Amino acid sequence: MLNMAQIPLGARISGTKAGCSHLACLEPGEFGRVRAVGGETRLRRRLLEMGFVSGAQVRVVRFAPLRDPIEVELHGYHISLRRAEAREILIDPV
Amino acid sequence: MKSSSTPSEAPATARVIALAGNPNSGKTSVFNALTGLRRKVGNYPGVTVERREGRMELPDGHAARLFDLPGTYSLYAASEDERIARDVLLGLAPGIPRPDVVIAVVDASNLERNLYLATQLLESGVPVVVALNMIDIAERSGTPVDAAALEKELGVPVVEVVGRTGQGAEELKAACARARTAGRLWRMPRLVEQALGRVREAVSAAGIVHPGAEDGEALRLLTYARDEDPSFATGGERLREVVRQGRAELEQEGIDRVALEAECRYALCRSLDEKARRPSTGRISTSERIDKLLTHRVLGPVIFVLVMGTIFQAVYTWAIPFMDWIELATRWAGHAARGVLGEGVLADLIVDGGIAGVGNVLVFLPQICLLFFFLTVLDDVGYLARAAFLVDRVMKGVGLHGKAFVPLMSSFACAVPGIMATRTMSNRRDRLLTMMVAPLISCSARLPVYVLLIGAFVPIGYQGLALLSMYLLSVTMALTAAWVLKRLLFRGESGTFLLELPTYKLPSAKQVIRTVLGRARIFTVQAGTVILAISIVLWFLAYYPRSEEIAEQAEQRIAAGENPAEVANWRDGLQIRQSYIGRLGKGIEPVIRPLGFDWRTGVGIISAFAAREVLVSTLGIVFSVGEADESSALLRDELRDAKRPDGMPAYTILSAISLMVFFVLACQCMATLAVVRRETNSLRWPLFLFSYMTVLAYLGSLAVYQGGLALGFG
Repeated sequence: MLNMAQIPLGARISGTKAGCSHLACLEPGEFGRVRAVGGETRLRRRLLEMGFVSGAQVRVVRFAPLRDPIEVELHGYHISLRRAEAREILIDPV
Repeated sequence: MKSSSTPSEAPATARVIALAGNPNSGKTSVFNALTGLRRKVGNYPGVTVERREGRMELPDGHAARLFDLPGTYSLYAASEDERIARDVLLGLAPGIPRPDVVIAVVDASNLERNLYLATQLLESGVPVVVALNMIDIAERSGTPVDAAALEKELGVPVVEVVGRTGQGAEELKAACARARTAGRLWRMPRLVEQALGRVREAVSAAGIVHPGAEDGEALRLLTYARDEDPSFATGGERLREVVRQGRAELEQEGIDRVALEAECRYALCRSLDEKARRPSTGRISTSERIDKLLTHRVLGPVIFVLVMGTIFQAVYTWAIPFMDWIELATRWAGHAARGVLGEGVLADLIVDGGIAGVGNVLVFLPQICLLFFFLTVLDDVGYLARAAFLVDRVMKGVGLHGKAFVPLMSSFACAVPGIMATRTMSNRRDRLLTMMVAPLISCSARLPVYVLLIGAFVPIGYQGLALLSMYLLSVTMALTAAWVLKRLLFRGESGTFLLELPTYKLPSAKQVIRTVLGRARIFTVQAGTVILAISIVLWFLAYYPRSEEIAEQAEQRIAAGENPAEVANWRDGLQIRQSYIGRLGKGIEPVIRPLGFDWRTGVGIISAFAAREVLVSTLGIVFSVGEADESSALLRDELRDAKRPDGMPAYTILSAISLMVFFVLACQCMATLAVVRRETNSLRWPLFLFSYMTVLAYLGSLAVYQGGLALGFG
C-alpha cells in the first residue's frame, strides 16, 4: 500500500502522476513511459509485441464514452485496450 | 557482426510467393493489385482462418502462386492466425509448398510497429521483398519514408507501392527475382546468444525447420514456446533439455525471457525508423481531428447510432425489393420450366426441388451484398474499429467483444450475413462465440410465423405486446447464451481487446466492389451447394411416397365437376400427410405433444428447416388451403377451427405462444448451419449450434405450455 505521508507534498500538488503507477490511472492527454508489463504470459507477450516495451512513451488519447476501453498512442500509432489490460502496464511519469 | 543465417537469393523463377503483413497494412489491396480477378478462397485445414490464393504474372512471363497469409503482428504462433502464417513460411502447412519468396507488406505511415513483423520475416529463412505500402498517406501525414535508405539498412529490396491504386505493382513483381534473406539484424547479451546458439544447434540436429530458419525457431523456443508446442514433440528430449537449461541460465541472470525479443526488436525497429524516415514535413494528420468528432463522448454515440441505423435499414428494408425480385424470378423460372417440361416427377423435381432450391440460395444475396458493402467501406475507412471501441464496454458485460455488435445487429435481418460479418473479428474465440449466439437474434424470417400465429390467436389489443415480447425474449436469450457459453466453452481462455485504431483512409471503390462480389461468390458456391442439396432432400421427403389412390380420387372428383383448385388443395394436403415428412411429423408427435403441438405442427417444423417462413406455406398445404402467406385469412380460420381426434381444438393461444417461443429459440435454418460450417470449416460447430438451440427451444416451449396449463390457461 502506498502511504500518502511518504509522498513529497510537492508531488501531490503537481498532479495525478505521483500516485499513478500504471497506464489505467492516466487521464486523457497525460503521458507515461512504460516500465514493465505484467499479466498472464499470453497477454503480456501480446502487449510487448504491440510495442509496450520498456522505455516506450505512451500518451492516453481518450476514454470511450463509458470510460472503458481507453485509447492510447505509442510508436506513432493508436491502439485501444480495456482498463483491465491497461492496469498490467506499469509506467513511470515523464 | 555477421548474421547467423547465410544470406541466400531467390530462385531464378519464384513459383510460390507468400504475402505477409500486419492487419491494416493494406495487405489485401496489395494482393488485389498483384493478382488477377481469379482467385481461390477456402479455409486452412481444420481452422476458421481464410486461405486466399491468386495467380500472379511475373515480368519474365512465368506465373506464380500468391498466397495471402493472415494479417498478424508477429510470427510467434500465439494465435491461430500466427501459427498458420508461421507454418506456411516453414513449409509445414498441408497443401501449400514452402514459399520461394515472401513479400512483407509494410505500412509506411506506421513504419516502426510494422517493421516488427517485417524483421521477423527476415529471419524466417525465406527470401524477402519489402512492399512499402501507403507511401502516399505517409507523405500526406508528414512522415515520408526513404525507401533506398530502408533497403540499405535491411539488405533486401524495398519497393514503394500504393495498393489502393495499384501503383508500384509491376516493380514489386520484378523485385521478387531479387529477394534475399537477411537474417537477424540485432544482438542480445552474450550470455543469451550463447544459450541461443546451443538451442540453434539442437534445432539443426533435430531438423525441425529448413536451413536458414533455425535461428528464428531457436529464439522462439528459448524465449516463448510453451511445453505443448509441436516443435518440442518433433525435437525430442535433447531439444527440451537445452531449452530448459538455457531458460534456467537466463533466469539466474535476471533476464526476462518473455520480454527479451520484443525489447531488442523494438530497439532495432526504432533505429531503422529513425534512419529511414525523411525529415518530417511538419503537417499534422487529419485523423486525430476526425476522431475528436467520431469518438466524442456525446457525438460519438449519436453518430454510432446513425451509422448502425443506416446499416440496419439497408439489410432489413432496402434488401427487400431485391429479395422480392429474386423470389419472383424463381417463380417465373419455375412456371417457364413447367411450360417446357409439362407435368410429372421430373418437372416437380426440377421446379420444386432444384429451381426453388437455387432461389433459396440466391434470396440471401441482397442482404449479404448490402451488409458487406457497408462493412467493407466502414472497415477500409477505419470506422469499424472505432465502433467497437465505442460499444465494447456494453458488450463486455456478457463476455462479447465490441466487434460482435455489427454481426449481432445484422442478425435481426438474417443470421446468414450476420455470421459472415464475424469475419471482421480477428480472435477465434470471440468470433466463434458471436457465431453461436447470432442465430438466437430474431431474424426477419421468423416474422411471418409470428404474424400468422399472433393474427390467428392473440386478441387484437395485445398483438403488439406479443410481438414485442418475442423480440425481447430473443435478445435476452442471445445475451444469456453468450454469458453461459463463454463460461462453458471458452473457459480459461482470457480474451484481450487490444485493437489497433488505424488512421482514417478513403475507401477505394474498386476494392469495395471486389470484396462484396467475393463474399457473394463464396456464399453462393460454398454455402449455396449445401443449401441446394438440403432443399432437394426436403423436397424429396415431402413428395414421396406418392399415393396413386389419392391422385385417382382427385381426378374423379374433378371429372365429377368439383372445383379443380379446391380438389388440388385437398389432394396436396392428403399427399403431404402420407409423405415421409408427414410420417415424420406423426412420428415425433409424442415428443412434441407436451409442447402443445400436434403432428401437423410437426410437419411444419420439419419443413421449416428449409427456412423458418416455410412453416406458413407448409401449414397452408397441410390444411388444404393451397398457397398461403402469413396474412391469409383462410389459413387463420383453419388453424382456429382445427380439431384434434378427441374433438379438442388443435391450437389454442397457449400452444400458439409455445410455437412462437419454439421458433424464437430453435435453429430452424439450413442456411445458417451451412454458413457456420463454411465459416468454421468444421461440422462440429454447426452440429453444436443446432443441438443446443433445439434443446433450448424444446425446454422453452415446454416451460411455456406446461406452465400455462398449470396456471389454468388452457
